[in-house]
Amino acid sequence: MSTKNWPLWEIFVRSKNGLEHRHFGSLHAADAEMALENARDVYTRRNEGVSIWVVESKNITASNPENNGELFEPAQDKVYRHPTFYDLPDEVKHM
Amino acid sequence: MSEEQIKNLEKQFDERIARDEKIEPKDWMPEKYRKTHIRQMSQHAHSEIIGMLPEGNWITRAPSLRRKVALLAKVQDEAGHGLYLYSATETLGISRDELYEQLHTGKAKYSSIFNYPTLTWADMGAIGWLVDGAAIINQVPLCNTSYGPYARAMIRVCKEESFHQRQGYEIMIKLANGTPEQKEMAQDALNRWWWPSLMMLGPTDDKSVHTAQSMKWKLKRKTNDELRQQFIDQTVPQADLIGLTVPDPDLKWNEERQSYDFGAIDWDEFWQVVKGHGPMNKERMKARVGAWERGEWVRDAAMAHAKKKQERKEKQAV
Amino acid sequence: MKNENLYNYILGIADNSLILGQRMGELCGHGPNLETDIACTNISLDLFGQVRSYFQYAAKIAGDERSEDDIAMLRKEREYKNVLLVEQPNTNFAYTLGRQFLFDVYHLAFLKELQKSTDLTLSAIANKCVKEVSYHERFSSDWIKRLGDGTEESNAKMQEAINDLWTYTDELFHQTNADKAMLAEGIGVDVTKLKEDYYNRVNAVLEVATLNTPESKWFQKGGKEGIHTEHLGYLLSDLQYMQRTYPNMEW
Repeated sequence: MSTKNWPLWEIFVRSKNGLEHRHFGSLHAADAEMALENARDVYTRRNEGVSIWVVESKNITASNPENNGELFEPAQDKVYRHPTFYDLPDEVKHM
Repeated sequence: MSEEQIKNLEKQFDERIARDEKIEPKDWMPEKYRKTHIRQMSQHAHSEIIGMLPEGNWITRAPSLRRKVALLAKVQDEAGHGLYLYSATETLGISRDELYEQLHTGKAKYSSIFNYPTLTWADMGAIGWLVDGAAIINQVPLCNTSYGPYARAMIRVCKEESFHQRQGYEIMIKLANGTPEQKEMAQDALNRWWWPSLMMLGPTDDKSVHTAQSMKWKLKRKTNDELRQQFIDQTVPQADLIGLTVPDPDLKWNEERQSYDFGAIDWDEFWQVVKGHGPMNKERMKARVGAWERGEWVRDAAMAHAKKKQERKEKQAV
Repeated sequence: MKNENLYNYILGIADNSLILGQRMGELCGHGPNLETDIACTNISLDLFGQVRSYFQYAAKIAGDERSEDDIAMLRKEREYKNVLLVEQPNTNFAYTLGRQFLFDVYHLAFLKELQKSTDLTLSAIANKCVKEVSYHERFSSDWIKRLGDGTEESNAKMQEAINDLWTYTDELFHQTNADKAMLAEGIGVDVTKLKEDYYNRVNAVLEVATLNTPESKWFQKGGKEGIHTEHLGYLLSDLQYMQRTYPNMEW
């Protein structure tokens, strides 16, 4: 029976033009068209969206939190990537 | 992993939660955390889905078009909330179909209040006002629970649910200010739903098995008894305001505690309903399982069609 | 009533949405999946929203004490003007979707014409409804294709539903006296002109769905004149229950 169950889809919604699509949640649907229709009915009932993306969940590759150390911590000490790293004379108010 | 390593991980895990860090699906978590969350979240989802039935009952009979659309929208929200919660539970590595299976075989529980019948239109008011009121008291603290997907689902649920209780109370106001017949209908509904609503907040603290652990994991921020007291203190004045009487002769304001004292709850009734012997347990299950079974050919057809469509697409691409 | 034709004309339109919305509402909580439940409820909500706009307008035209709810819930069975199609029961999901589809195709074409009405209220309502109904039509025709071109079982069930509902399609294009009067005034839609496109569109979807167009040329009629199938009485006893049992009260 399990092959007949509707697969899971991840839903991304742009709430208004100018904003990015944001992950809203997931739902089940047999195919992409149905996923779009279901997403419209489930996640934009209160006028929350102007555009929807649907991606079947199995197509998402996620990083493994076990690797978070090597993936993300090396960025922590690269302070020179941030503007506050650089000293400016007080007279220069905005740069 | 050795026992010591696991102990160590568990300690780190508890520290993260104590620091108010969120746990996300792929993070390491103790097996008990996963299991407890699957149990509580799915129970919550099941309650939403079963909760559609007693109210769904009155959609076709709503007394006005305005009430009809409000009720439809509310019951639809419950389907949505069930869906959000099932999805959040699925991030813990269990499928919705498995969760349904647990519900349909009676392995999983749902809120026992939905095993009471909705006999009159006023029950729509009482459910919105009391049952949703009690649910909100339970749910608001969960917006801050430790498991990320659950917390996010709850934020959405709480935001959407804010109209539910108002919808119910407004029905009650209208009835309470209406004809004697209507007022009687409202009072009767309050009489029938009051005690089950108090029970809905769970067994007393000394009988509640999960509280300590759940507190630590922020699955619970207040004890059942605290929540119950909060519910009573906030609801009694609302009843007074519309001239309805809470059906508890022992109910009395306690100046010293700045809270209401209330009468004994019939816990035998509660356990009877939890164990499947409430007035509507069998009916609710039959309706749920029936819908699922009647829908099987539809779900299968949709999958078969999707597969055919995919194959046609692939053929075209070749 | 000064404007009796217009009043009756509006009721003729609105009763379809009322009865179909009521039928869809019955399913809330009983559909094949949560997602489909939510979708069907949305359709029901759209339809009741339309009903309210129409009946509020009709109440204004009637110009007496009657409210949208009086019009919706306090008429006798013979005074409901909906087509027979929309009152057919939810025998199974194929009937539900089949009924929806066979009505949606008509409804969409009808509203597109009603947008051109010289009655500004009606054309404004049509402008709003046409978007909702475009979606309904897409939704239901997608489902016809899924169930038709799904499994052997679903194909058989869908075909059976279409066969049984087919007999109610012709009535959609019958003109009532109110229709004729309103058409003459530039307010109403000439439904007879929608027929050809309707069957073309329906047949196109049925073909993609690998379903056969029924050959029967025998059609039922009467709904528009208030002569209904037996199903309507039961539906009305639910719809009217509160208003009949507790007359003259506010809810």
